[in-house]
Amino acid sequence: MVSRGSAINWVINMTMDLSGQATQELWSNLPCMHIKVGALRWHQDAEALQAAGGRLLTLWGADDRDRDGRFRIYAVYLLKEGVAVFEHAMDQGAKPTYPSLAEIFPCALHMERAVHDLVGIASMEPDHRGWLRHGGWPQTVFPLRRDFDGKTQFSNDSQPYEFVQVEGDGVHEIAVGPVHAGTIEPGHFRFSVVGEKVLRLEERLGYTHKGVSKRFEEMSQLEGHRLAARLSGDSAVAFSWAYCAALEAITQTNCPPRAANLRALAVEHERLANHLGDLGALGNDAGFAFGLTQFSRMKEDLLRVNTSAFGARYLFDFVQPGGVAADLPEDAPRLLEAHYRMLEEGVSCLRSIYDSHAGLQDRFREAGVLKQELAERLGAIGLAGRASGVPVDLRVDYPCSPYDRLEPRLVTQSTGDVAARVQVRFDEIFESLRLCRMLLEDSASGPIHTDCPFAAPGRLGLGLIEAWRGPVVIALESGPDGTIRRCHAHDPSWQNWPLLEYAILGNIVPDFPLINKSFNLSYSGHDG
Amino acid sequence: MIDILSRMIRTGIVTETLPPPNAPSPLVEGLQRDLRKILGRALCIRHVDAGSCNGCELEIQALNNPYYNLEGIGIKFVASPRHADLLLVTGPVSANMEEALKRTLEAVPDPKLVVAVGDCGSCGGVFGSNYANRGAVANVIPVHRTVAGCPPNPAAILEAIRSVFVEA
Repeated sequence: MVSRGSAINWVINMTMDLSGQATQELWSNLPCMHIKVGALRWHQDAEALQAAGGRLLTLWGADDRDRDGRFRIYAVYLLKEGVAVFEHAMDQGAKPTYPSLAEIFPCALHMERAVHDLVGIASMEPDHRGWLRHGGWPQTVFPLRRDFDGKTQFSNDSQPYEFVQVEGDGVHEIAVGPVHAGTIEPGHFRFSVVGEKVLRLEERLGYTHKGVSKRFEEMSQLEGHRLAARLSGDSAVAFSWAYCAALEAITQTNCPPRAANLRALAVEHERLANHLGDLGALGNDAGFAFGLTQFSRMKEDLLRVNTSAFGARYLFDFVQPGGVAADLPEDAPRLLEAHYRMLEEGVSCLRSIYDSHAGLQDRFREAGVLKQELAERLGAIGLAGRASGVPVDLRVDYPCSPYDRLEPRLVTQSTGDVAARVQVRFDEIFESLRLCRMLLEDSASGPIHTDCPFAAPGRLGLGLIEAWRGPVVIALESGPDGTIRRCHAHDPSWQNWPLLEYAILGNIVPDFPLINKSFNLSYSGHDG
Repeated sequence: MIDILSRMIRTGIVTETLPPPNAPSPLVEGLQRDLRKILGRALCIRHVDAGSCNGCELEIQALNNPYYNLEGIGIKFVASPRHADLLLVTGPVSANMEEALKRTLEAVPDPKLVVAVGDCGSCGGVFGSNYANRGAVANVIPVHRTVAGCPPNPAAILEAIRSVFVEA
């Protein structure tokens, strides 16, 4: 548990007048408060938090009718001093509802629609089109309710989805997806265009919804990390770490320092691999195939080094409750150091080629601009946020072990265009390499694993880790005998998908693949 | 330009034969030979993500890097199923992708082959079948070959593509 000092005071001061409302610390790897509020405060406090610079991180619903006959809605906010979890238990009634946060935090809209699809509690927001439910299960069935058997299957009954229509002379629609022209994930984009210029983009996601939250409830607490790792394959280490952090918090297990080092090393390797892949793909999307060849080669080299050092190309099951699966082999530090040197030399060389290539820069600059003011208003977070000058990075702002010793540097850009998102990736590669070297030098030896017991029933814990895309969150509530009562996973793509709808405005359709790639958001992590 | 050329020369050609030396015949050569015999020219693949976590996609994308150099041996990923000979399907077939997957298969001209990639595509994987998933790809469309692994490495995917033709 982290010492909480100022965070507690701040939140308590802010919610001073909640007479009789319970405010207490919450199990987490970051400083975290838990506040129970009524419907009125649910909305008012959100306004106050927004005014004070707070950000909405995630939202989920729970069916507790078996416990006290109520449904609950939870919101997690990121504040300067730490994390605050607001819980609102709904009064019993025919149709459980809660005040919408979408006016205060626009990114809440999709989350509220998803909560309705899964739990059947509705916000007082008029948009009730299904978000995750496309017709795979009936409208009257809510999969996350306790009386629903997750194994039940229904035949598909998909209804047309009502996209917002744009009218006017020469306006026409372009429908893209869900199957895209490339080796990428499925989603639907509906463009309204005049000529080549995009007037409006509306996204429809949810195609890869796999019922992950319900699946968690069938698993033991000690195997949930395997599922968490598969929420979004490119963020496997971060999600499994976040899951383990939540479980370790509610079981009060201390992850050994050596294991924490190795987790951070693995998550930085994950960041490096994704950034290398993206930089190559961005070059390619701007017609510079040389970039793809070079960067994809370097990414492959890194994955092969992963095999030598960690035993796998992608580290899906490396992070485990209580530690990690294996220590580095004896010769790994030498091997890794040599690889980092090579990578640094290669990336520096390619950066200077990218930076001085007129054709490439012409495509990158002023494409898909997202200004800081709009980014802040929309709740941009993670890499895409930092490229628009939103200075949030969990590793920097709330460093948990081992980041507290490494002092990671915040990387930001101000222009918010494709070029800025490219530069943030370059800078973060060098910063990650610096952190990796420090982690290797840190000679902390010792155990890499400690036994993690089952958590006492009814405990809620939060795990937050800065993945390469942004902060991932796991909220874990324990059931009896090592079962999982409720587990909610959140990918930063929830915040950042709506950004794309704005960044594309006024750009031309052929630039969409490039702009989309510069965000490179997760479909699977979002759809759950 | 000088920088680009010098980088190219220093990098050299990294394409390799797979798998490493201990295998009886180099996979890539064998694959090329088999394909030429069967198809006469080349193979066009259409990938469909039917609810994957994106792990398998990363390894499929790796097939295009210079080490595996898929295009160099006449295998191409195409943008439309109408141009494809083979579908590479990943994921535990989410209910929301079921219809899209069936329609994509329909659009592939006969004779069509299907390879299900990864544990999810083979058997449903960690997600299994539930209200939101149909489980194995074979539960939804006919499958000629599966590749286990979470995710399977590029060499395993390549080998499955080869063997589906040898068996077909």
